[in-house]
Amino acid sequence: MRQSNLYIILYAAALTVVCGGLLALASEGLKERQQANIALEQKKNILGTVMPIDKNTDVEEEYSNKVKSFVIDSKGNVIEGVNAADVVVLAEYKKPTDQRMLPVYEFRNESNPDKIDFVVLPVFGFGLWDNIWGFVALQEDMNTIQGVSFQHKGETPGLGARIDSKDIQDRYKGKSIYDGATLVAVTMMKGEGVDYSSDTHKVDGMSGATLTAKGVNSMLSGYLALYESYLKRVKSGSAATKTEAVEEGPVAEVETESSDETN
Amino acid sequence: MSTEVAEVKEVKKSEPLFSKKNRKLVSNPLDIDNPITVQVLGICSALAVTTQMKPAFTMAVSLVVVLIASSLVISALRNTIPSRIRIVVQLAVIATFVILVDQVLKAYVYDISKQLSVFVGLIITNCIVMGRLEAFSMGNKLGPSFLDGLGNGLGYGIILMIVAFFREFLGSGALFGFKVFEAVGLHYPGNGLMLLPAGACIVVGVIIWVQRSLNGYREG
Repeated sequence: MRQSNLYIILYAAALTVVCGGLLALASEGLKERQQANIALEQKKNILGTVMPIDKNTDVEEEYSNKVKSFVIDSKGNVIEGVNAADVVVLAEYKKPTDQRMLPVYEFRNESNPDKIDFVVLPVFGFGLWDNIWGFVALQEDMNTIQGVSFQHKGETPGLGARIDSKDIQDRYKGKSIYDGATLVAVTMMKGEGVDYSSDTHKVDGMSGATLTAKGVNSMLSGYLALYESYLKRVKSGSAATKTEAVEEGPVAEVETESSDETN
Repeated sequence: MSTEVAEVKEVKKSEPLFSKKNRKLVSNPLDIDNPITVQVLGICSALAVTTQMKPAFTMAVSLVVVLIASSLVISALRNTIPSRIRIVVQLAVIATFVILVDQVLKAYVYDISKQLSVFVGLIITNCIVMGRLEAFSMGNKLGPSFLDGLGNGLGYGIILMIVAFFREFLGSGALFGFKVFEAVGLHYPGNGLMLLPAGACIVVGVIIWVQRSLNGYREG
C-alpha cells in the first residue's frame, strides 16, 4: 500500500499542506515582531553613524527627538507625502538613477532647529555575492564623514562580511568625500595594514575581500553622487527653507514634511 | 550507511533510553564515528563558517536543534513514509525546521539571526542531517533517534569549534572576537592563510591525523 501511486501523491500533498501551513502560520504570526525588529535596526544604524549606541540607549526616543527625515528626488527636491521609512532602498536601486526616491535623515541642532548638525544618507550597492547597503553620516560641512554603517546580505563570513564590523566602519571616520569641488567619495584600497591616515579619500582595505571592497567603493561613489544637488544646497544654506522652483514634483517645506516621521 | 541501520536494529524494544548501547549513540559520533573527521560529511560548512568562533557556535547550536527535531519527526513518521519519496519527505521536514528556527530567531533574537541567516541555507543542504535521517531515524524509534541526532549534532559542533578556535586564534589573534594578543600587550599581525578556506582544510586535516593516530585507525 505504501508503494501505490495514489498513496504517494496523497502523502506528498498532505506533507506539503502541513509544512506550508506551519511556515505560513509562523511567518504571519511573527511578521509584526520581525518588522519591528527591522525598523528598530534601521533606526539604530542611522543613529549609530552619528553617535555611539550601547545597550542602554533608547533608540526609539533618541531617534524621534533628533532625526528629521524626508524624501528627495535626484535633483534634490523634496517629494511630498512620502514617508522616508516607507521607501524601500532596494526597490529604488533598481530604478534609473533620475527616478529614484532618496531618503534623507537630518540631525537638527537642538538649540537652533534651522541648523543641521549631521546628515545621514542611505547608500545601496552590490558586493561580491549579494546586496550591500548602509548609511553615511556627514558633518555640517557636508564633506567630512562622521561615521558609516554597512550591512550585507551574503558576503563571505570573515572576509567581505567584515564590512558590518565596527573595526572596518571606523576606518571611514573623519575622511572627506569632496576633493575641492569634485565629489570623489572614499576609496577602500586593496591590501590590508597600510596607514592611510594622511589621505582623506582612502581607507585601508580588507585582506581577502577586494571584490567586496570594490562593491563598497562603487556604492559610495554612486549613491553619494545622487545626493550631490542636495548636499550643494545644504552647503549654500538654503536646504532648511524652501526648495527651488522645479519642473516636476511639488515644492515642499522640509519642516512640514518631516513632522510625521516618528512612527 | 546500511551497516549502521542493521546494527541499531538489534536494539531491543524494551531497552531503557540510557542503556549502554544507546549511550554509544551519543558518544560514538563525538570521536570514533565523528561525522566530519571520520565520515567526512558536512565538510562544506566546516570550511565556510569557521573563520570566527561566534558564527561557528551559532551554526553548531542551530544544527543540533534542526537535527534533533527532524530526527524525531522522521522517526515518528517512519512507518508511513513511502520509500520512493523518502528523500523528498526528509528534505521537506528539514527545510521546514530550518525556516521555522530562522523565523523565530528573526522575531525574538534579531541580532543572532542576522549572523545565523547566512548559514541557514547551509543547514538545509548539510549532508549530516539528511545522512542521519536516512541512515538512522528511518529505522529507529523516537528515543534512539533523539540520541543519535544529539550525538551527531554535538560531534559536528565540537569539530566546528576546534577548527574555529585555531582559525580565529591564528588568523586574527582573537577568540570570540576578543583580541587575545593585544590583551597581553603583544602585536599579532594575523595569518591570512587561516582565514581562507585552505586554512580550514589544513586544520581539519591535522585533526583527522591526530584523531586517527590516537585511535589507531587504518584505512581499509
